[in-house]
Formats: sequence, C-alpha cells, structure tokens
Amino acid sequence: MSVVVALLAQLLHIGLMLLAAPLVVGLIRKVKARLLGRIGPPILQPWRDLARLARKQPVLAENASWVFSGAPAVAFTATLAAAALVPSFALGMTGAPLADLLVIAGLLTLARCALGLAGMDVGTAFGGIGSSREMMFAVFAEPALLLVIFTLSLLAGSTNLDAIAGALHDGALGLRVSLGLGLIAMLAIAIAENGRIPVDNPATHLELTMVHEAMVLEYSGRHLALIEAAAMLKLVVWLGLIACIFVPFAIAPAGAPATAWGLGLLGWVGKIGLLLLGLAGFETAIAKMRVFRVPEFLGIAVLFALLAVVFLFVSQGFA
Amino acid sequence: MIALLLPALAVVVTLLLALGLASVAAGPGRQGRLASRGSLLLCALGGLLAVVQLLSGAEASSLSLGIGLPGLPLHLALDGLSAAFMLLLMLTGAAAAAAALDDHGQYDSTAPFFPVFLGGMALTLLAADGFALVLGFEVMSLASFALVLTNHRDAEVRAAALLYIGMAGLGAMCLIPCMALLAVGADFTFAAMRTHPPEGWRALAVLVLVLVGAGSKAGLAPLHVWLPPAHAAAPGHVSALMSGAMTKIALYVLIRVLFDLCGPAQPMGWGAPLVLLGALGAVLGGLRANMEGDVKTVLASSTVEHIGLIAIGLGFALAARAADLPGLATLAFGGALLHALAHGMFKALLFLAAGATQHAAGTRRLDRLGGLIHGMPKTTALVLVGAAGLAALPPSAGFAGEWTLFQAVLAAPRLGGLGWQVLACVAAALMALAAALAASAAVRLIGVAYLGRPRTPRAAAATDPGQPMLAALAGLAGASLLVGLFPGAALRLLGPAVQQAVGTGVVGHVGWLTISPQADTAGYTAPALAVVLGLAGGLVYFIVRRWTVSGERRGPAWDCGFGDPPNWLPFGDPVTQYGGASFAQPLRRALATSLMQARETVDMPLPGETRPAHMKVRLRDPADQYLFALIGSWRSRVSHFADFMQFLTIRSTLAVMFCALLILMAAVAALEQL
Repeated sequence: MSVVVALLAQLLHIGLMLLAAPLVVGLIRKVKARLLGRIGPPILQPWRDLARLARKQPVLAENASWVFSGAPAVAFTATLAAAALVPSFALGMTGAPLADLLVIAGLLTLARCALGLAGMDVGTAFGGIGSSREMMFAVFAEPALLLVIFTLSLLAGSTNLDAIAGALHDGALGLRVSLGLGLIAMLAIAIAENGRIPVDNPATHLELTMVHEAMVLEYSGRHLALIEAAAMLKLVVWLGLIACIFVPFAIAPAGAPATAWGLGLLGWVGKIGLLLLGLAGFETAIAKMRVFRVPEFLGIAVLFALLAVVFLFVSQGFA
Repeated sequence: MIALLLPALAVVVTLLLALGLASVAAGPGRQGRLASRGSLLLCALGGLLAVVQLLSGAEASSLSLGIGLPGLPLHLALDGLSAAFMLLLMLTGAAAAAAALDDHGQYDSTAPFFPVFLGGMALTLLAADGFALVLGFEVMSLASFALVLTNHRDAEVRAAALLYIGMAGLGAMCLIPCMALLAVGADFTFAAMRTHPPEGWRALAVLVLVLVGAGSKAGLAPLHVWLPPAHAAAPGHVSALMSGAMTKIALYVLIRVLFDLCGPAQPMGWGAPLVLLGALGAVLGGLRANMEGDVKTVLASSTVEHIGLIAIGLGFALAARAADLPGLATLAFGGALLHALAHGMFKALLFLAAGATQHAAGTRRLDRLGGLIHGMPKTTALVLVGAAGLAALPPSAGFAGEWTLFQAVLAAPRLGGLGWQVLACVAAALMALAAALAASAAVRLIGVAYLGRPRTPRAAAATDPGQPMLAALAGLAGASLLVGLFPGAALRLLGPAVQQAVGTGVVGHVGWLTISPQADTAGYTAPALAVVLGLAGGLVYFIVRRWTVSGERRGPAWDCGFGDPPNWLPFGDPVTQYGGASFAQPLRRALATSLMQARETVDMPLPGETRPAHMKVRLRDPADQYLFALIGSWRSRVSHFADFMQFLTIRSTLAVMFCALLILMAAVAALEQL
C-alpha cells in the first residue's frame, strides 16, 4: 500500500512542479512590476508564452546540427528529473532513494552543458559569449555548492536529500550557525545558477548584457519553449531545494498518511511564496553587476560555505 | 585451470615482446599491420585472462622463472591488484591496437615498439620482485619514448620527447633506489619486502622516492610538465595508451609500494601528500584544459586533472587504513579504482578520436577546426559519450567514479583531528572546482572543434575514419557506458584489488546496482537514474508530440541581425565565431591571471594602418615556472662550475686532487671509527 502512496505522491509532485514553474515566474514578474509601480503582465503570462511558442514552427539555422535541436530536450529532461527528486510537500516519495544531492547537482550540470554546447553549435558570437560565461559561473558556483553539501552531509550523515530533509525536519539537529551560513551561500548560488539579477538579467533587451539569453539566442518555436520551461523549472528546483533544507517545516514526513499532504502543500506554497517575494524585492533593490564581478560574488558564497564547514568542525571539536 | 592464468599471462607478455622483434623482421611496410593485429589478439586474450582471474576471486599465485640477474631469478605474481590493472591495460590496449589498424601506414616506422610498450606495461603489472618491476617500467618508458618520436621531423615533437625522456630518467633515478631501500634487510622479492616493511627515515625516503618516481610518470602535479606536450606529440593510438593505461600503471606502482610493500603499519600522515598533490593537480590540470589551444593538449591536461582526483582518493584511503576505518578506506580506494577504470575508457576514446580528427582535418589546433559534426557525425557522437565522462555528467562512467570519490571525501572528517577535517573540506571544494573546470573544458573542446562552422577548408571536408577506428571508438564508448550504468558491478569486479590493498572487501556497501557510502544509507543507483531520465525523456517526447507544432524550417542564423557573409566565404568569416582562445577568456581573466599568470597584450594598429590587430596571450604553468625553471638554473650553475673546474691551472688541479684525496681518507678513517 505504502508503495502506491509513495508513487502517488511522486506523480502528484511532478505534476505540481510542472504546473507551478511558470506560475512562480509569473508571480515574480508581477511582484517586481508592482514594486516598480507598474501593473505588470498577468501571472499566467509565462503559460501563455509557452503555449504561443509551442504553436510556432521553429526556424533552425542552416548549419545547425542535431545537437542544436536535441539540446533543449536534454536540458528539459535533466531538469525535470532533478525536479522530480527535490521533495515539495511530502518526503518518502518513490524517487527518494535516488535524491542524492550530488546527483541533483550532476543533473543540473548536464542541463547546463547541453545548452552550452547548443550555444556553440550555430557558430555565432553571441552563442559563444553566453556559453563561455555560463560555464565560468558554474566553475565558481560548484565549489560553494559542494561545501554546502559537505555541511549538510556532516550534520545528517548522508548526502541523500530526503535523509537530510528528514533529519532537519525532526529538529534533532537544532538551530545551527553553520546552517545560517550555508543558507547565505546557497542563496547566492541559486541566484547565480538561475541567472537572476545581479548575476544575469533575465529580462534585458540588450544582447551584450545577457548570459543565458545570449546562449539560446538562435532558438525559436518549440525548442525555445522547452528551454524557457527548463529555466522556469530550474528556478523552482532551487527554491524547493532551499525550502526543504533550510525551512524544513510543514512537510509531510516519510510514511505519513496522504491527509498530511494538504498541510505540506500549504507549507510549500507559503515557503516558495516568501522566497519569491524576497527574490523579487532583492532584484528590485539591486543593480546588475559586471560579468567579471560575478567571481567575487560567488567567491563570497564559497567563503560563507567554507565558514559553515569550519564552524561545524570547531563546534563539534569542543562539544 | 586458475593456476594456469599466471603462466598464460606470462606467455602473453613474452609474445608481446617477441611480436616487436617479429614485426621488425617483417620489414617496413608490413610491420605496422603485423604489430597492430598481433597486439589486438594478445590484448584480447590478456583481457580475458584478467577477467577470469578477477571473477575467480583473484587468488594470488606466483611464479619464478629461471632467467634474470645472477642470483635473482625473475619473479612474477598475479593477484587482485595486478589483475584489475591488467584488465584496464588490456582493454585500452586492444582498442588502441584496433585503432592503429586504421593508420594508413603513417606510423609504420615505429610500429614494432607498440607491442613492446604493451609488453613492458604488462610485465610491470606481473612483476613480483624489484628488478622485474623496474625492468618492465623502463621497457615501458623507452618504448613509449620511441613511439612519441614517431613524427620526429617536427621540432616540437623532438622537444617533447626530450623532456619526456628526461622525466623518465628522473623517474628511474628515484624508482631504483626506492626498490633498493625496500630490499634492505630482505632481498629483492616482494614477498621478502613485505616481511620487512621500512621504518623511520627509510620509510620516509621510500615515500618521497616513489612519489617522484612513479608520480612523475602518472602525471601527478607538480611533475606533470612533460605530460601535455608528450601526449600531444605522440600519434593518437599511442597517446590513448599513454593516457589511458600508462599513467594508471604508474599509479599501480604507487599503490603497490605504498599500500602493499610498505605494510599496513605506516602513519596516517602518509596520505596527506597524495591528497595535497592530487588537489593541486586536479585544479591546475582542469584550468589548463580550459586554456590550451590544441585538442590533444587539452585532453592531456584533463588527464592531469583526473589523475589528481584519483590521487586524492588514494591519499584518503591510505590515511583511513592507518586510522583503522575500513569502511572509509574501502570507499576511497574503490572510488579511486573505479575512476581509474572509467578514465582509462573515456580518455582513451577521446584520444583515439583526437587522432582520427587530426588525420581527417589535418590539424589538432582548435582555431583551425570547427563544424566537424557535419562531416564526422559518427565520431562526434562517440566523442560526446567520452566528453560526458570527462565532464562527469550523470549517468556516465566519470560521474560514477567522481560520485564515489566525493562520498569518500565527504566521509573523510571521520579521520579525526582538525587538520584532516580541514584538509577534507578543502579537498572537496577543490575537487568540485576541478569537476566544474572539466565540464567547461569539455564544452569548449566539443563546442569549438566539433560544433559551429568550419574554420578551414580541411575541417569542412573532414570525413569519418575507417571501420577499425570506428569499431575501437564504439567499443570504448560501450565499455564506458557499461561502467557508467553499472558502477556497482564494475566495483565488485574490481573488489579483489580493493580487498588486497586496504584489507576489506567492497561487498558490504556495493550492490550490483547501487553504490552506498555506508551499509544502511541510500546511495547512487545508476540504472534507476537512467530509468528516471528515460521516463522524463518519454514524458518530454509525449508533450512535444502532443502539444507542439511538428516540423521545422531552415533559414540563415539570426545572430542579432548580423549580415550574411559574402559569397567567397561559404561558412562565414571564421573569426566571427567563438574560438578556443575566446571561449577561455572569462576563465582566463577570472582564474588564470593569478594561477597561471595569464597576460594579454593587445597590439592595436593606429587609424590608417592596414596591418591586422593582434592579441597575444601568455600563460605559464606554475610547476614549469617555480620548479622546472629553478632546476634549470641549478643545472646551469652546476655546469658553469664544472666548466670552471675543467680549465683550472695545473697547480690548482693538483691542489684540488690532493684535497679530495685528503677528504676521502679522512672519511674512510671516520667510517672505520664507527
């Protein structure tokens, strides 16, 4: 029976992720517009954009290879797999034994590499500039992410996301300074990985200031729809990751009856809502930085993550 | 039957060495074909024997041959450790030999050295005494030196080979005294050495000597300087073998000495130099792989990176064994071994493909390639499989290896002490940095060389290689996919080697499908991940088919409205697309200015001048600058001094000789007092 429940939770979770991703982006845009004193587009606008792109036939560059047309599907597939593994309203889903943090990081790297290759495929300068910068950001984000994982694995004794979320949910670990430092690092990594301000501007109209958008400049039609959807899904993955690790409240624990899911869902909506309000406020208050300041921004994330680990060593050493 | 495995492998080694002579006898024009075919056959046989040995539980067997030095017959042995590396050697050897069948005769002149190279490596693995080990190691060095010199008319190749033979000499200079130190109090057989493990300063000397002697051959930083130029200079199938197998043979020697011959009673600190040097090499190699402009140099730099990762695993395994943490030791050693196997597969694949690319497009330079996916679709698809391993993307073989290594490092704080804990967290951060650098290097390599528009007519006209080469590439891709999808099974196959090196088997934590860091925690289940990816892909396919318009149109690239190229440039102006140097620019500015002293100088012509603008980039490997430049300056100082001594007046010469005699006599007198 519990196998069926777990599978049901998993399927509901995947559906929730797919439905929520465009809404989250729509909400962020709406809040940002309101903060700037504009009315802003409707919250459903990302959904409409995806539907419009899906109706259009893509135009491929003459020398585009199968890598170009295959990359969006690979990127979306990998991101979807990562989204399926990051719990939202319930722990103990069918995919839980697979939900290793290193695997999730690897899946997101797979998506990034696929798009990085696609940016190089047509042989335009904008694709190259986007790809090379995107790969550089990852070089600085990855060590910070691994140090955060290091902290979590020291605390929970595993790199399995479900085990970590479960341990933090139980509250046995208490409030830790390391977790606070890790949260700061994680927020910075999430901002960089999702190409948000101040690292990258998802809404700019000047190609030279873009990173992610420059990389996918040649795309149109359903390919572009897949890429946009993957980017939205990735944002939800990161928000969900932060929510289930650092705000481990109200999630239905493994083995809980399906009735606990309602509370879990409400809690998830609340957490994601708060996070995206914070993100919108942060993005409104800050200006985009130069590309070569990003390593410094992410360097600070590495520093905080390193502090988190060292703090843990020192405090455990004297405990 | 099992008892016959070692004699059978000894026969394979003998036949490989004899094949070299036989192919010389066959004469030019035919020797290449004979050497490649014979090597392919013998490698397939040797690989089979190694698998049988591993599957049968790898009971150690030994053999004493009646030949060798007076009083020291040649001892051979086969156990789990040597069988595991033998399997890796024979797999890459078979693939390289198959690829060499496709060589069109251009490597014919040095072909007899190819089976000798293989034989030397196999002899190193089978050696059970110090002399046989050094003999095999040196046969391997010299044969590969000859193979590197295949295109000796090129001055760059000669310079690379000279550096290589110099480093090989340094390695021998360290390895021979290392064996002698191990033999103190015993004799040269490994069995006797094990009963008299070194202690005190002798142990320390053995550690340093083996780190320099075997580490320099493995490409352990900072002694990796020879590796990128030598791998680039050698023909494709030779560099595949050097990178895929030879560096692992050097690691085998390192493991044999540190884990086996020195005994289990060495202090924990022994692991630290391996971890530190490994982390240094991982970052330096990864960064260099992003900076170099030659396909094979990029791959060779990435070899330095992966060897660094493996060395980190070995270092933690050594420390964990000393700290009596069998679980951690098994995990770290298993990760290192699994990554060595994975790296052997995908790097050999990439080097073979680089050789095929060079043959098809006439160059290895990134800024003269591009768009090869159109002319070489099969090669590109296979290269993508290899590059996924290089970038450690799930579910490739590289990811499985690095996942296990990461788990070992994450568990390493259990070693205790703030020093080891901080070392573990720094190693973890640097490993992540190296992994991200490798991903960037893989995207750069594929994106610039195989995707995009052709930069030269030769690149535009490149075609896929012949059947033998494609078969070799496909075989390696298949093997690396298998290792990636079933890392647990691969690790269980290599289990006897882990058992032998750290004293505990892998069986507790490693299922056929899953690898877990501890017995009761969730781990990495590659087949399930593949199923998840497959299901997600199916869902995406369904969504796309159901809800989007099918078909596509072709048009000129948008490129932000950039105008169409003129008609005399059918693929557009090559310099308007991102090349190797431009892709490297962000990382060059962010990391390499400090780590590799990257300096950009722009030579911009004044308005009205018609000469082109130039940008020059200068990069320096810190190992080159701080270690080798220093050694070079010492060398010239010594030679200046020798020069000075040579031209002394007769009076001074006599005085010097008299003083030397006095000092020697005083020394003899002092020694007799002791």
